[in-house]
This record gives sequence, structure tokens and C-alpha cells, in this order.
Amino acid sequence: MISAVVVMAAIGLVLGAVLGWAELYFKVAGDPLADKINDVLPQTQCGQCGFAGCRPYAEAMAKGEADINRCPPGGEAGIQKLADLLGVEPKPFGEGVAPKPKSVAVIDENTCIGCTLCIQACPVDAIVGASKQLHVIVADLCTGCELCIAPCPVDCIHMEVVHETVNNWKWRYPVIPIQQERQTA
Amino acid sequence: MSGRVYPIPGGLHPAEHKIESSAAPILTAPLSERYVVPLRQHIGQPARVLVHAGDTVLKGQMIGTPDGRISAAVHAPTSGRVVAVEPRPVPHPSGLPDLCVVIESDGQDAAVEMRPIAWRDMPPGELHKRLSRMGLAGQGGAVFPSHVKLAPGATPIETLILNGAECEPWITCDDRLMRERAEAVMLGAEIMRHTLGAKRILVGIEDNKPEAAQAMAAACTPYQAEVVVVPTRYPSGGAKQLTQLLTGLETPSGKLSPDIGIQVFNVATAYALQRAVELGEPMLSRVVTITGHVREPRNIEARLGTPIEELIRLAGGELDHATGQIVGGPMMGFDLQDTASPLIKSVNCIITKSDALFPPHPLPMPCIRCGQCALACPAQLQPFELYWHAKSKNFDRARAYKLFDCIECGCCSHVCPSHIPLVDYYRFAKSEIAAADRAKQAAEIARERHEFQMFRQEREKQEKAERLGKKASERLETGAVAADDPEAARKKAILEAAIERAKQAKENVQPKNTENLAAEQLRQIDEIEARRQAAEDRQDAERQA
Repeated sequence: MISAVVVMAAIGLVLGAVLGWAELYFKVAGDPLADKINDVLPQTQCGQCGFAGCRPYAEAMAKGEADINRCPPGGEAGIQKLADLLGVEPKPFGEGVAPKPKSVAVIDENTCIGCTLCIQACPVDAIVGASKQLHVIVADLCTGCELCIAPCPVDCIHMEVVHETVNNWKWRYPVIPIQQERQTA
Repeated sequence: MSGRVYPIPGGLHPAEHKIESSAAPILTAPLSERYVVPLRQHIGQPARVLVHAGDTVLKGQMIGTPDGRISAAVHAPTSGRVVAVEPRPVPHPSGLPDLCVVIESDGQDAAVEMRPIAWRDMPPGELHKRLSRMGLAGQGGAVFPSHVKLAPGATPIETLILNGAECEPWITCDDRLMRERAEAVMLGAEIMRHTLGAKRILVGIEDNKPEAAQAMAAACTPYQAEVVVVPTRYPSGGAKQLTQLLTGLETPSGKLSPDIGIQVFNVATAYALQRAVELGEPMLSRVVTITGHVREPRNIEARLGTPIEELIRLAGGELDHATGQIVGGPMMGFDLQDTASPLIKSVNCIITKSDALFPPHPLPMPCIRCGQCALACPAQLQPFELYWHAKSKNFDRARAYKLFDCIECGCCSHVCPSHIPLVDYYRFAKSEIAAADRAKQAAEIARERHEFQMFRQEREKQEKAERLGKKASERLETGAVAADDPEAARKKAILEAAIERAKQAKENVQPKNTENLAAEQLRQIDEIEARRQAAEDRQDAERQA
């Protein structure tokens, strides 16, 4: 009887020690779920979700504090991916939140006064320029977040929709044209 | 003449239709009045334009320079004046316009100085550097820049395969080229072999081209080369298929022939290379088959940039009731949207369609899971599985079923008893996956840049705090010393007076940042002004033109 209790207690202590050690050794820094969500988000850093960038929104979603339908740049496909990842039903976009076609910001060179305010607003450092020098947006790096438009004191920035070219053209989904059936007499 | 041929899986034997255009010798197209030269004629980055509207150019002058590692140069096909650099219709499945240089010929056809390259004195692995400005790109269909393929790679090349299979129906440009210019083709191949350091050359030719095989075999004699006649079975001319036919080696999934020590070039590419090296002439022209529903189907050697409608005219013009054109062969080609599109490096054939030659596609029916497509697939894929996954936009599954090993040969669509346009689904899935990958990459870059910006802002804040802290502590120390030092007190008084003066000066003066400029700044301003003026003049000239 006593030996059984001792053996069980010993086993319990050993296993407890192993678990305690594993807890320390395999500790995951940060939130792995937030990382996974962040990977799905389009990284425009536009703040249209109400958070200061994609990462904070991902963290809020991981904690269950934010809805999955607040990212317009991700589009319907983005909502679907988030729903799959989080195991919830996809939701349509709310009122006033709608995905737009992919655009990039363009600076009007004749109006820019070189104030650097847009440079400070750009979340991905896609604007090149210095004080009292003409600013230019690197189109390849621009995420289309529109954060540079509001700070411009002379309204010289506008968005241009990225049109289809030979470069970004995609093969279409095969569509079978509907034909009228031939009348047989 | 004929070496051993190894079996390959799949394939089929569609009606050949070669005889229509293979009888007549190659016709050299006369000088055209106008050439439209696209800057994107190859796989990879388009060339960067070097000329402006109004410039005069000479034949062989570079008008587009390679941009990046995988890119090819573009040259003026004749001498004349550049009348426009603008988007024009090009032979592309999208039908979208692309940037082109439009050259109006002056009729002189004056060329730049062309110097042959002394390739025999060059060690292997050197020539490709000289070729990067010659604009050579594979003429078999993939238009991969040739100098990249000739550069030494990770795996040494044992065998050079010259692709003269020309397996697609209707096309005969390689056939005629081999019959008429076998010596030049073989010399080109020998230059390639020398550059790659390969041990032997194998020339693969289908058995429906006996004259070409004979001519090539005769031209092979001086070299370590051998003609291998392969059975006529589409798609024997695919790089991986021909490699396996001639050597028995299968190219692993996701790899290319060079990874197993084999490099494959088209015969027309070897011919163009021979001209580039022996004559110093960049790629200016190619042989193209004009066939189908035209009066005199034939092969024409035309300069790149010649409008396709002009080539059709040279083949006697279209017959009545033509229903459009196909660029490339009927198996892999696409419909031409605009006959004003120019001839480019990738175009080996233009087929004019008619309802008799190409009856309208029957309506697709549901897949009956017969497995015919799997038997026909030369890449040993499961086309019906790929079809289901592509159709339901289940792209991850499609990728897992090796969608990217599909060579889009069209065998599966051809044999499908339900007439399902299978390849269209694969092309759709492939370009969707490629677009998603591009978006993912862009998101990754944006995330990194945003994270770095946050890190940088944090660092700047810290540095500023440190600097201020240091200054404050310094001031405290010096201030303590200054209290009982008359010299320091005197200096402080001078400083304060100076600050006061500066303040008053600031209040009185209207700031103007264009006054009191250094000579260097004035020079910069003049330079910018001159550049702006020049740009304006140029725009005016363009508007007037």
C-alpha cells in the first residue's frame, strides 16, 4: 500500500517536472495565431479597419475583439481566407466599407511644394524626396493605402487605378457561350 | 544517320498539314515602309527603350537595351526615322497593346558597322557576354533569351540538343530552314557546343521531314554531331520530350533540361546565332510560315516588326470566307486580335482560319471520367483531376497535382470526347496562382518595410532622447563651472548678445530662398531649367509630328 503511494507520487513528481520543463523550454514568444492572421492580410497598412496597421488588426482578431469583415483591400477573398483560418462564417462587408480596384498614388509634379508631409504619412516608405525637393512615389512599393492624400496641404496627390497591361494580364475563366438550340422540324 | 530513339509517354498524331507550305522555297520579304518593333518580344523583362520619336536609326542599331538578367535587346530592322514610341497592338493572347517603336523606313537600308566575333579564340563560357547585346531569343516558342542559356550553369552541359522536330501541325519554317541552310544551322550549333563546353550535338528531326534530315546529316560531318530521326508524334518537339526521346533521360518535375546536363536549342535559334557571331548581325529577322486559308501558303523570311497583314499579302492574300488567324500552331497557338500586329521573335507561324479547316469548337459536355486525357498527357499528369481543381478554383490542390509541370501542349483537349477546353482551365489556374504569388510577395515586402519604418521611428526617438540627455548633463556641468569663471561669463554675454541680434535680424528680413545662392546651386538650377526646356521642346515637336 505505502509502496504504491510512493511509486505513484514519484511518477507524478517526475511527470510534473517534465511538464514544467517543457513549459519553459517550448514557450512560444508572441501569438502564433496573430502571425497566421497577419500573413493572410494584404499588408497595405491603410488603417481602414480602424487599427494602426495590419498587425494590430490581426492581434485584435486573434483576441476575438475585431470582426473579420473590416479589411477592404483584402476583398471578399480575404474575408473567405480569414473565415477559413478562424473557423467562423464569412460575413459581407459592412455599410460604407467596400473593396476598391487596386490603385497607386501619384504626385502632381507641378503642384508639389516639397513639404515632406506625405513622406511622413507613408507607412511603407514608398515616397522619395526631401524638404523643398520634388517628391515622387515609387509605384512598385505603393500599397494604395491613401494615407498620403489627407496630409498634403496643396492636394497634389491623387489615386490612379492600376490598369490591365500585358504584364499583369491573366487568362480568363473559360466561359461557354450560351447558344440557341437549333429547331428541328 | 539515325541513333537510338527512346520511348516517351503520351502524345498523339494529329493531321499534319505540312505539305501545303513546305514545297515552296523561303521567300525574302521586300523592305517594308513601316516597322512596328515591340520592346517585349521575349520571356522576362521587356527591353528599355533607347530612342525617342524623331530620332533617325540605322539597321542593326540597338533601340532597346536588356533590362535585368533575363531580358534581350531589340534592334532597328532597317534604317529610317522613329515616328512614335507608343503602345500598339502586338501578337499576345490578351489583345492588349504594348510599347512599340514605330520606324518609318527611308529605303536606304543603311546598317551600323557589324563586326564578327572571333569565337574560335574564346574560351568556353565567354561568348555569352558578347551575345547579351545581340537580342537573340529562342525561336521555338518560349523565346527565352539565348545568352542566358549559353552562360555557364551549375551543372556542366554534356549534350547539346538541336531541336528540329517541329511537331506542331501546319508549321514548316524549321523544315525549310534546315533544307536550305543546313550548313549555317550546324555552324551555329557548333558555336553553341563550343561555348557550352558540351561533348556532342544531337539533332532531333521528325521522320516526316526526310529532306531536312538528309541535308542536316550532310552538314553534320565536320562536327561531333549526329542526326536522330524521331517518329512523328506530337509533342516530340517539347524540350523535355525531345530530351527523353534522344537520351532516355527524364527531366525531373520542377527542373529544366540544363539541370540534367542537357541544353536544348531550336534550329532557327542556332541559325540566328551563327549570323550574330559570323556576321556580327543582331537578330533582325526570322523565317515564319504563312499558311492555312491563303492563296500561296509558304515560308517567308521577314524582318521583325513587319506587320502580319503584309506577310499574309506576300503569301497571296487570304481566300474568301477566312475567319481569322492563329498565331503559332493549332495545338498551342492563340487567336490573333489585330492583323496590324507585327512579326516578333516568338511568332513561327500564322494560320488563316476558315470554317472548313477549323470548324467551330463543339459545345463542351460534362467530363465522363474516361481517362483519355491521362493517356495522351506527355507530362504524365492527371488532366481530369487538374481540370476539376482548376474549375472549382481549388488552386492549392491543382498545384499539388503538379499543374506547373503541364506544358500546355493541348493533347488532352484534343482527345477529350466531351470537347472540354482543358488547357484553357490550366492557363487560367496558372495565371491566377502566379498573380496570387505576386500579391503575396508584394504584401511581404510591404510588411517588411512597415516593420522597418516602425523600428526606425523608435530608434530615432531613442537617439534623440539620448542626445538631449547628454546635452543637458553637459550644460549642467559647464554651468556650474561658469559661475565662478569671469572669462566664461564674458563669453556667455557675447553669445546672448549675438542671439538677440539674430532674433532681430530674423524679424526684419523677409526670407527668400532663391537669393544668396552658392555658385554650385545656381549651376544646378540652370541645369534643371535647361533639362525642363528640352523636355518641353521635345513634347512640342511630338505634338507637331
